[in-house]
Amino acid sequence: MKKLRTAEEAIKKIKTGDILLVGGFGLSGSPLTLIDALTEHDARELTVVSNNLGEEGRGLGRLLVSQQLKKAIGSYFTTNRDAVKAWAANDLEIELIPQGTLAESLRAGGAGIAAYFTRTGVGTELVEGKEMREFDGEPYVLEQAIKGEVSLVKALKADSLGNLYYHKTAMNFNPEVATAGDLVIAEVDEIVETGDIAPEDIGTPHIYVDYVVLNDRYIKEGGRYIEQNVGYR
Amino acid sequence: MNKTSVTDKVKIAQRVADELQDGDVVNLGVGIPTLIPDYLGDKSLFLQSENGLLGIGPTPPDDQVDMDLISASKKPITMSPGASLFSSSNSFAMIRGGHVDVAILGALQVDETGEIANWAVPGKDILGVGGAMDLVAGAKKIILSMTHQSKDKKPKIIKKLTFPRSGVRKADMVVTEQAVFKFENETMILTEIAEDFSIDQLKESTEANFVVSPELKTDY
Repeated sequence: MKKLRTAEEAIKKIKTGDILLVGGFGLSGSPLTLIDALTEHDARELTVVSNNLGEEGRGLGRLLVSQQLKKAIGSYFTTNRDAVKAWAANDLEIELIPQGTLAESLRAGGAGIAAYFTRTGVGTELVEGKEMREFDGEPYVLEQAIKGEVSLVKALKADSLGNLYYHKTAMNFNPEVATAGDLVIAEVDEIVETGDIAPEDIGTPHIYVDYVVLNDRYIKEGGRYIEQNVGYR
Repeated sequence: MNKTSVTDKVKIAQRVADELQDGDVVNLGVGIPTLIPDYLGDKSLFLQSENGLLGIGPTPPDDQVDMDLISASKKPITMSPGASLFSSSNSFAMIRGGHVDVAILGALQVDETGEIANWAVPGKDILGVGGAMDLVAGAKKIILSMTHQSKDKKPKIIKKLTFPRSGVRKADMVVTEQAVFKFENETMILTEIAEDFSIDQLKESTEANFVVSPELKTDY
C-alpha cells in the first residue's frame, strides 16, 4: 500500500510552529497513536485545532505534558485540568470558538470557502470585534475558515487506496479535519482491500488522505481503547 | 447542605418531559436535561446528540459499552431504531439550520425578557463553550431547565444578566422546582407554581418581574 507509513515516519513531517488540525470529541475518534508518536518528535510551539485537548495525560492532553503546545483552538477545555493550569500559568494560549462554528470553519477551510456568516455567537463576547451584517433583518457575524499544515484523523478502516470508513460517533470532526490540512495523516485500526468498503460507506474519499498509519498501540477491549505496553523504537 | 435534592431535579425533568410532543427532535443539554428520557412514558422522540447522532437509545449495560458511541457528555449510549450518524459540521447544520424542534438547556441565569447566560461566570476562567451558543441561536424552541436559585441561594431568574449572555436569541420557557414561566413579547409570565408555595414567596426567590397568568396552575 503506497500511503502506508509508520507513525514516526508520518509524524516527522510536522514542523515546529505548525498548525495541526486534529479530529476527535474528547478521546472518541481521537488519533491516539499519532499523538503518542508526536510526543517523541521534536516539533514544538504547535497550535492545535481540536474540539478539546483530550483528558489529563491522555490523547491530546499528552502534548501538554510534553510541552509542545503554544496554542489551542477549540470549543471546550474546562474538563482537562492540565489545560486550565497551563493557560493560567501563561504557558498556553486558548482561543474559544462555539462548537458548530469550529466544525463549519474546518469544513469551509477544506471547501475553498474563505469565510461565512453565521448567527451563532452574535451578541456575545466570543465574537467581539468581528464583522457583522444583517440578512433578512437578522444579525450575522463573519467567521473565517480554518486551515492547517497537517491534519491528524482517526477512522476505523482504510482501504489500500486510503478511503476511510468511520465508526459511529467516533466520526465527529474527522471528515472536516481530513479536508482542511495541507498534509493529511489518517490513523486506522484496520487496512482492507480496495473495494471492501462499500462506496456509500466511505466517509472520506482517498484523495484527501496522504498517509495511512496502522494503530498497533491501542487495542479495543470491553468497548474501550486500552493502551498496550509497546515501545516505539 | 444547599445541594439540590434529587426530588427537585426529578420534578423539573418530569415537567419538561410533559412539554415535549410525540415526534419532536430534541437536543438535551448536560445536567438535569439528561434525566428527561426516564420520564417520557409512551412518547417517542428523536434525541439529537451534537457529536453526530440523531436517535439516542437507552444507556447500554456495562458489557455492551462502546466508547465509539457516546453522548455529548461523553457517556456511553446506544442507537434507537432509525438512528442516523453524521459528522460534526452536519450535526451543527441540523442545529443551526432550525431542524431541531426543542433544545433543553441548563442556565446559570435568565433575565425577565428571556435572555440566557449559560456558558461563563465572570471572574472565573472562561475556557469552555461547547455547543451552547449554536443551540441558543438555532433551535426552534428553547426550554431552560434549571434550579430556581444558585447553590448559595442567589436568584438566577433576574432583572438583567450579570453573567455573559449566550446570544441574542431568548428562551421560550423556564422550568424550575418552584415554578414554570413562559415568555410572550419579552414579558415573563408565571403559568405554574409549586404546591405549598405562595406568589409572595416566589417573588422573594425570583429577582425578575413577572406577570401572573390568569390561568395560573397552583398544583405544580
